[in-house]
Amino acid sequence: MDKTQKPVLIIGGGISGVTTVVEIAEVGKEVILIEKMPYLGGNVVKFNNYFPKLCPPTCGLEINFRRIKQNPKIKYFTSSEVQEISGKKGNFKVKIKTSPQYIKNNCTACGKCAEVCPEERPDNFNYGFTKTKAAYLPHEMAFPFKYQIDDEYCKKESCNKCVEACEYNAIDLSAKEEITELEVSSIVTATGWESYDASKIENLNYSDSKNIITNVEFERFIASNGVNENKLLRLTDNTEPKKVAFVQCAGSRDENHLPYCSAVCCSASLKHALTIQELYPTTEVKIFYIDMRVSGRNEDFLIKVQENKNIELVKGKVGKITEVENNNLILEAEDILSGKKIKYEAEMVVLATGIVPSEIKLNLNTNENQFISDTQIEGIIPVACSKKPMDVSSSVKDATAAAVKAIQ
Amino acid sequence: MDKKVGVYICSGCEIGKNLDIEKLNQIATEQNVTICKNHSSLCSVEGFDLINNDIQQKNLDRIIIAACSPRVKTEVFDFPENVLLERTNIREQVAWCMEPGEEDTQMAAEDYLRMSITKVTNTEIPKPFIAENISSDILVVGGGITGITAAIDGTKAGYKVYIIEKEEKLGGWLNKLHKQIPYAAPYDELINPEIEDKLKELEKLDKVQIHTSTTIKEISGQPGQFDVHLLNGKEEKITVGSIVTATGWQPYNANKLSHLGYGKPNILTNVEFEEFVKNNTNKELPKNILFIQCAGSRDKNHLPYCSSFCCGTSLKQAKYIRDLSPDSNVFIVYKDIRTLGLYEEFYKKVQKDDQIFFTKGEIEKVIPEKNNISVQVKDTLIGDDISLSVDMIVLATGMVPNGTEDLNLSYRLGKGLPELKYNFSDSHFICFPYETRRTGIYTAGCLRAPMDIASSKSDASGAILKAIQTIEATKRGESVHPRSGDKSYPDLFMDRCTDCKRCTEECPFGSYDENEKGTPLPNPNRCRRCGICLGSCPERVINFTDYSINSISAMIKSVEVPDEFEEKPRILVFVCENDAYPAIDMAGQKGLKYSPYVRVISVRCLGSINKVWISDALSKGFDGILQIGCKPGDDYQCHFIHGSELTETRGENIQETLETMMLEPERIKTEFVEITDFEKIPQIINDYVEEIELIGSNPFKEL
Repeated sequence: MDKTQKPVLIIGGGISGVTTVVEIAEVGKEVILIEKMPYLGGNVVKFNNYFPKLCPPTCGLEINFRRIKQNPKIKYFTSSEVQEISGKKGNFKVKIKTSPQYIKNNCTACGKCAEVCPEERPDNFNYGFTKTKAAYLPHEMAFPFKYQIDDEYCKKESCNKCVEACEYNAIDLSAKEEITELEVSSIVTATGWESYDASKIENLNYSDSKNIITNVEFERFIASNGVNENKLLRLTDNTEPKKVAFVQCAGSRDENHLPYCSAVCCSASLKHALTIQELYPTTEVKIFYIDMRVSGRNEDFLIKVQENKNIELVKGKVGKITEVENNNLILEAEDILSGKKIKYEAEMVVLATGIVPSEIKLNLNTNENQFISDTQIEGIIPVACSKKPMDVSSSVKDATAAAVKAIQ
Repeated sequence: MDKKVGVYICSGCEIGKNLDIEKLNQIATEQNVTICKNHSSLCSVEGFDLINNDIQQKNLDRIIIAACSPRVKTEVFDFPENVLLERTNIREQVAWCMEPGEEDTQMAAEDYLRMSITKVTNTEIPKPFIAENISSDILVVGGGITGITAAIDGTKAGYKVYIIEKEEKLGGWLNKLHKQIPYAAPYDELINPEIEDKLKELEKLDKVQIHTSTTIKEISGQPGQFDVHLLNGKEEKITVGSIVTATGWQPYNANKLSHLGYGKPNILTNVEFEEFVKNNTNKELPKNILFIQCAGSRDKNHLPYCSSFCCGTSLKQAKYIRDLSPDSNVFIVYKDIRTLGLYEEFYKKVQKDDQIFFTKGEIEKVIPEKNNISVQVKDTLIGDDISLSVDMIVLATGMVPNGTEDLNLSYRLGKGLPELKYNFSDSHFICFPYETRRTGIYTAGCLRAPMDIASSKSDASGAILKAIQTIEATKRGESVHPRSGDKSYPDLFMDRCTDCKRCTEECPFGSYDENEKGTPLPNPNRCRRCGICLGSCPERVINFTDYSINSISAMIKSVEVPDEFEEKPRILVFVCENDAYPAIDMAGQKGLKYSPYVRVISVRCLGSINKVWISDALSKGFDGILQIGCKPGDDYQCHFIHGSELTETRGENIQETLETMMLEPERIKTEFVEITDFEKIPQIINDYVEEIELIGSNPFKEL
């Protein structure tokens, strides 16, 4: 192997990026990972569980973080974004911007800073449904395991309480943004996805009804380290809903929103329905769908749902949701099988919103839906949900595939 | 002692406040360590320098850092390779989870320090097993699109690849395709099969060796050294470092679909229709054609799973018909149209054609008549049952994996790879789709799961990466996932072996072969370092240099068990390092409190717990033993497949031990947790302590 070969750069530290990083490093090559959030794990670290095993994502992440910690071939930059790419395969020049690191790496995660911090911020890990101090640990399993300071909410030197409380001199409120320049051989874009903005689907009334949440919010609602610690509660009155409706293709397969199928939302809603049944075996769940798209052996998972007498699958597209008394929600849909218009009153609605590619400010070829195209200049390799919607297992496969392309 | 042990106790992060550090120093001194120092923050630059200087000046070869969990600050404590590092977790698992300043909390910290000192003095730094003549070549079995893609990517990454195919030529099913679904917008036109371009690309690569009309007589050996006996008229032996198998799929046997009319004229499968169109490109097709989706798929009497490719294929074939003749009509009867992801856009384009009629429905009857076929469909979208009269029916039949028996592995555990449900040789792990139970042998493509061409190609590239990785790890003498980088390997003291075959049967990865007598023949490069063989061995024959029967036994014996009258029970808790240990850590981080009577020992897997540790603990006077590991069962989360499950099968054996010791069965208990179950940890521990307190003291305490 060529000893002078430059490291591979992976942009994005979600499950795909993390996978590409460890897979390349374990071949024995140098890799650099850039992640915009202060922690690795991307979207999946916020999930309560995976379909179809209903197992926690942090289980696999723990192993991957261990692989990162012990491998000297891996360097990573969190709270960082790529600003500029130039050059060509074998010799790319990349400019990285790291936002101010008010808490240094010698933080021991003792938590004293958060104890004394007087300011609060909406916790973006929980989509703003909860609050943390402005000095905070992103979540229990955050990697790297250190506290963060929210630039926007921290009063800096005028407060200085955390600096005084920190016994390890780990806080520097005058820290500045840093620019790093790197030379890399190839670049994998694992920039991932975001949930489609549900407020754009006006007929579904997401913005005005607190008891309508999206599927990604549902994950945080129900997670053991989430909004309500393993409970599903309505925002309006903190009660457990007895009737929950899922609206599939909320924005997906819709020319006015996302023309494509987001590939994961059907399985995700089936998973959510089963999770509700596990916690509340008498709660009624209805899933309104156009086509029930699970594939391969996940058919068993669908059958498991179909066999549950409290979950009903209704083939029909929901056209309208209205909030009524008691903050309940009326869904209007057409039951395609019977041809009848149906109305259903639910106590909570979950919109199965789709996947949109995360915005990237780099000069890359994208397709009509802003996914990164397969065709780039040589040496730039898009992976997983940065190029098309796919589930976790497929993303990890694709991330491993990208690893071999990156070392060629 | 001849080993030079340095003990460093941190007083930061409340440790110094909650524990008596001076007393901990005394424990270290009593154990005759070379040096014992304290620092207010060992993870700081000064803390690291303090230790590192001592290593240089005093030639320390073993360092104990009594501070935070080994899961954190891993990168900070980066000492020279010849120094054995032990992290004593007195932060998350003592100072943060037990009552500060109490005698019992202090006793826990002191025991943990004793255990660590005992551990390092009974442990060596592993020297890797590096075999000679490691091959960097890769064998790809199967010359379809998956195998070809794997071979191209492996070669481009610099490795020599042998690709073998049992048919006369490469290409597999793609040779039979007329057209393919487009990969990108605008999705208007079908594309020509990509196989010719792929074959041209492959043939240009000089590090590829193609063997067609070739099968495998036998594969023996281990990663880095697989001997492959090929058959092609004559026998030929090649040696490879790793293997990707991509032997693909067969269409479901349509003869079983007589209820859909198969066997009657003008009723074809999708594969037959494809060939028909390819071979009759200019010939006219019948005017009215019906596609029956899920013919034999998603059907408990046939294939219960979804075959994933058939919806797309029928849409494509519908387009063949419509592109050929403007007055043709196509009917598609489906359960769900499953064009996931961007294929939706192709579906939409096809839907725009008014002469392609889609309806959800169930086929009630297929009646071949003189000039046509009449079909009755029920449960349609329009609500009523409908009748159709068509000239031809295409059954969208599904795929059946070809299996892996053709590898003809000479392994004790069988010729092929273990299969999941429905005979797919897939990984059970969502996060680790390339997890394999035969180290160095990876499956790719439709052998693993039903998938389309694009997924097969991506899967092939991933699989070849894993094959490359195995070769490189083997060269370094390291394990592959999940204990990546582990240089230890099982060392067998054969003099004591009784040929009981437990290790050869229980190793999840088939590491052990056997001779005729049943004596285990280890293959260290197949080993994944889970320690299940160590746990299985009744004669304590199997050990790792850094994880051995003796080292853990000695740790157990180093705990100071108070006598019965002190009324301080002791519970030994074996926790799996993968999920249970982090969960316990997080309980500590959250400040959740639990009984200070527990002593936690981290194990590689619950399956690695040897019975002798249990009898040692009971003889020592531990009142109870709690094992906490990953969930077993159909949706198991055990990272070593059946390690957790083995606690159940081995449980009976252990109960016999309890019986012979005249002890209550409750003195051993197993709990399964998920990594996120940290909130439940205090209850699991406290409930068990309470249960044991009710049973009373272990009578062996006084002995």
